[in-house]
Order: sequence, then C-alpha cells, then structure tokens
Amino acid sequence: MKEIICIVCPNGCHLITDGADRIEGYKCERGLDYAKAEMTNPTRVLTSTIRVVGGIHRRCSVKTDRPISKVLLMEAMERVNSLEVAAPVECGHVLIKNIMGTEANLVTTREVAGI
Amino acid sequence: MYDLIVIGGGPAGLAAAQAAYEEGLRKILVVERDGELGGILNQCIHNGFGLHYFKEELTGPEYALRFIRMVEKTRIEFKTDTMVLDVQPDCTVSMISKEEGYQVCEARSIVLAMGCRERARGAIVLPGARLAGIFTAGTAQRYVNIEGHMVGHRVVILGSGDIGLIMARRMTLEGAKVLACVEIMPYSGGLTRNIVQCLHDNDIPLYLSHTIVDIKGKNRVEQVTVAKVDDFKKPVTGTEFTIDCDTLLLSVGLIPENELTRKAGIPVDERTRGAYVFDNMETLTPGIFACGNVLHVHDLVDYVTLEGQRAGRAAAVYVKGDQKTENLRMMTLKAGKEVTYTVPQYIRVSGSADESAPVFFRVGRGILKGAVVVQAEDEKIATFNREHMSPGEMERVALPMKLLSRARVAEISVSVEDTSELLK
Repeated sequence: MKEIICIVCPNGCHLITDGADRIEGYKCERGLDYAKAEMTNPTRVLTSTIRVVGGIHRRCSVKTDRPISKVLLMEAMERVNSLEVAAPVECGHVLIKNIMGTEANLVTTREVAGI
Repeated sequence: MYDLIVIGGGPAGLAAAQAAYEEGLRKILVVERDGELGGILNQCIHNGFGLHYFKEELTGPEYALRFIRMVEKTRIEFKTDTMVLDVQPDCTVSMISKEEGYQVCEARSIVLAMGCRERARGAIVLPGARLAGIFTAGTAQRYVNIEGHMVGHRVVILGSGDIGLIMARRMTLEGAKVLACVEIMPYSGGLTRNIVQCLHDNDIPLYLSHTIVDIKGKNRVEQVTVAKVDDFKKPVTGTEFTIDCDTLLLSVGLIPENELTRKAGIPVDERTRGAYVFDNMETLTPGIFACGNVLHVHDLVDYVTLEGQRAGRAAAVYVKGDQKTENLRMMTLKAGKEVTYTVPQYIRVSGSADESAPVFFRVGRGILKGAVVVQAEDEKIATFNREHMSPGEMERVALPMKLLSRARVAEISVSVEDTSELLK
C-alpha cells in the first residue's frame, strides 16, 4: 500500500494505492488520472525564466504549455537557460516547439516592454 | 472627485476596480506603488493559479495579465510608481510620485487592497551573526524571477510557508542545492500540493518541530545550526546539528500591510491583522472597504479575486446611495473552538432569501475529519462536514441569510468539532 497526495487541485486528497489496479480515496476523475500517471510516468509543468535584452526587466517568465515527464525537467532547464529574447516580448509567444519531443511547447507567460 | 479610489493594483485591487466599473461607477482610480500592475503575481512564475476562478492552471503573471487586459478595456484610471501616504476617513487620499509629485485626491469611497508583507528576521528574533546571504523568500523570488540575480548555491529554508516551498523548487531548478526546510511547528504552513511538488519531488528533507539556533560565517552565511524544539517551541539541548550553506531563506509568515488603515483610525482585528469588516467587505469606517491580503492572508488568489469583486460591487452600491444598512440587524461572528479567526467579523442580516454570506476562517491545528458548526448560543444553525483541515489552508463556508435571520441572538460562533477523534 502506498499513499499518494493528489496535487491536481488544492483539496490535496490522500489516495491509497496497492501499486497495481486498486486506487482509493480520489474524489474526481482527474484525481484518478493523476494517481495512474504518478505510478507510471509522473509529469510536471516546467516554469522558469529566460534572459531578456533591452527590456524593462532582465528576465521573462516561461512555461511548458503542458506537463512534461518529471525525469526530463533538468535537461529541459538546460534548453531554457540557453535562450534569450529581445524586448518587447508578448505573452504566449512560442519559444521552442515540441520541446525535447514531449509535444509541449515552451511559451512566454508575461509581457516585457522595451525600454 | 473620484467615485472610488483603489489602493493597490494587485489581484484584489484590480478585481475591485473591475467589479465597481461593471456596477456602473465611471470615475475610478487605481494607485499602485510598483512600476506595473499585477502585484506579487508577477514574480510568482509557477503554475496553479486560477483553478477555481478560470477552471484552468495559469502562472501568476498570466493570471495577473487577464485582469490587466480587462481593466485596460475600461476607462479606469491608473497611477503606477505612486505611493499612497495617507488615507482620511472622509475618503481623501494623499499620494506621491516622481512624475506628478505630491497630490491629494478626493473620492466617495475607497477600497484598501495593499496586500501583505513578509515577516523578516527581526520579527522572529533569529539568533546568530548578521551576515550577507539571508533573504526573505519573496525577496529572493523577485531577485531570481524578475531582476535576474541568483541568490545562492547551498540553501537552507527556515519556515515552510508557500513562498519558501516554491523557492525550494525554483532554486533547485536553477542548479542550487536546497539542503533542508526547517519548520518550528509540528505541521507545515504551506499547501499540501506545494509540499509534494516542491519538497518531495526534489528529495528535500522537511524538519518539523525544528528551528535554527545559530548562524555562523565571516561576511556571508557559512553554516547554520538546527535543533529540535519541545512542545513549547524551546530548542532541546543535545539535538543540534549543523548544515554548511551559503544562503538562508526565511518563509516565516506574512503580515497584512495596514499602516494606512491604522493611521486612518479604522479598527483592526489583532488576529487577522486586517480591518474588521462586514459581509460586504466594508470596514467599520463607512465607505471604506478592504479585500485580499491586506484584510487577511489568503493561500489562493482565486479567493482574493472573489473578495475584491465583492468589495468593488459593495463600493458601487455605497456610492450610488443604494446601501440600506440602517434597518438591517447586525450580527457578530465569533471564532469558536479550533477556529483562529473569521472574516467577516460582522454580518448585516438581509431579508433576501437567496443571498448568503461567505465566511472564511482557519483552524488552529490539523484536523483529519471535522464538522464546521455554526451556533447561536446553544442552538446549532448549520453544520458543514470537512476533511483534511489544516492551519495552512483557509476554509470557507457560505451562510444563507435565511438561516441567520432565524437566529434569535446577535452573536453566532463558528467552531470545528473533530469528528475523527469520535471514530476512534
């Protein structure tokens, strides 16, 4: 028996699983899906920042537009850290399509005005 | 003369201004001390915002931008880089900025939405040397996420508030080694999902019932000493161990920033450290409303938005002269057993059958299964079942006016019965 704390929403349901088919304690379908994914291939949305040139701020926040495999996070960070954009930056701008073959795009999550 | 001046352009202030505009107010001014709107959301680059309000997971800046876009479409006025110096009970606001200098604006109503500030080293009487490398978690967050300075490489976090947990993950992603999260209480002050995603995911140990008893170094932090604490939060001799680190982040709580409120003579509740309010978010000074983290510290921005909208709508009703409160019965809400505070503290009981008053509160300890009991003297007027209640997660119940109007007394209490103990 293993306990998984669901992080899909702030309810933080405590799910119990036997590591195979039995999953108990979830309150919604999303919780069930989360527990299944946690047992097979846990995923997370990666959020970070990239360098901005000529903007009112030196960094612009970015995210993967869908969760990517947890084991790929650190490698993805290397890609993120190699990026640089010139201001002005729009929100939602695609920086890397299909990052590391995950089908997720790396996109900006804020605007940065130029100086 | 403005209809409404909103002090603070974060999520609470923007929601209030937008809601007041939708209710028909046209002369609205939002005053923000930072250079841009959005407040602290702009440095909270992680996702998980908006699950309740937008039914999707947004990052902080994205959540802020949705509201900035909304208010930009209106005729609401904004003054950024402008610091409010003084608020008078008659709704006169003095402010100062580089561009416009000192000026005084008059309004018919005010919404206080100044947010909160982090508790710093002095507030927790942290022992040890005064060295470089000690930051509040939110300051470090701003340095890393907006200003582009990495604050350290070997990090210890004192306190397990949400910002500290978020920074544990953030620093790890940026290549730092986060060695420990040390919490004096026997439970974490942060949301469960943050414990899981930030600490468990990165194998960062959480030391509950522990604190830092010494900080050593020459110019910068080089080592901290951690010790276990007893039931009275006193360090236990002999349990000390040291961690070599160059950075200490403090995540030891937030305090609503109510200097302006106090100066205006608006009564402040010492439990929430925010103004006393009625169910429409009006303070005890007529025409002045409060919402968001300046009123009480929230864990979720979604509820800040809803509270802001409630305050904005009420301000519009007040300005239009539609607020008929004289004939309404006033009820005092008391925090009962296991409950540390309630917001609002007062409810004006309206006769309307479909209305209800949202009541926010926190419990004083973790309760696995409990019943929230609303009581008028000995009579239970409502019960709500809840699971996994913890001091780190705000609870919310909606009290139907219909139920309240049936209560015969002027004081009702909100308490929690621990039903998990009954099961044993």
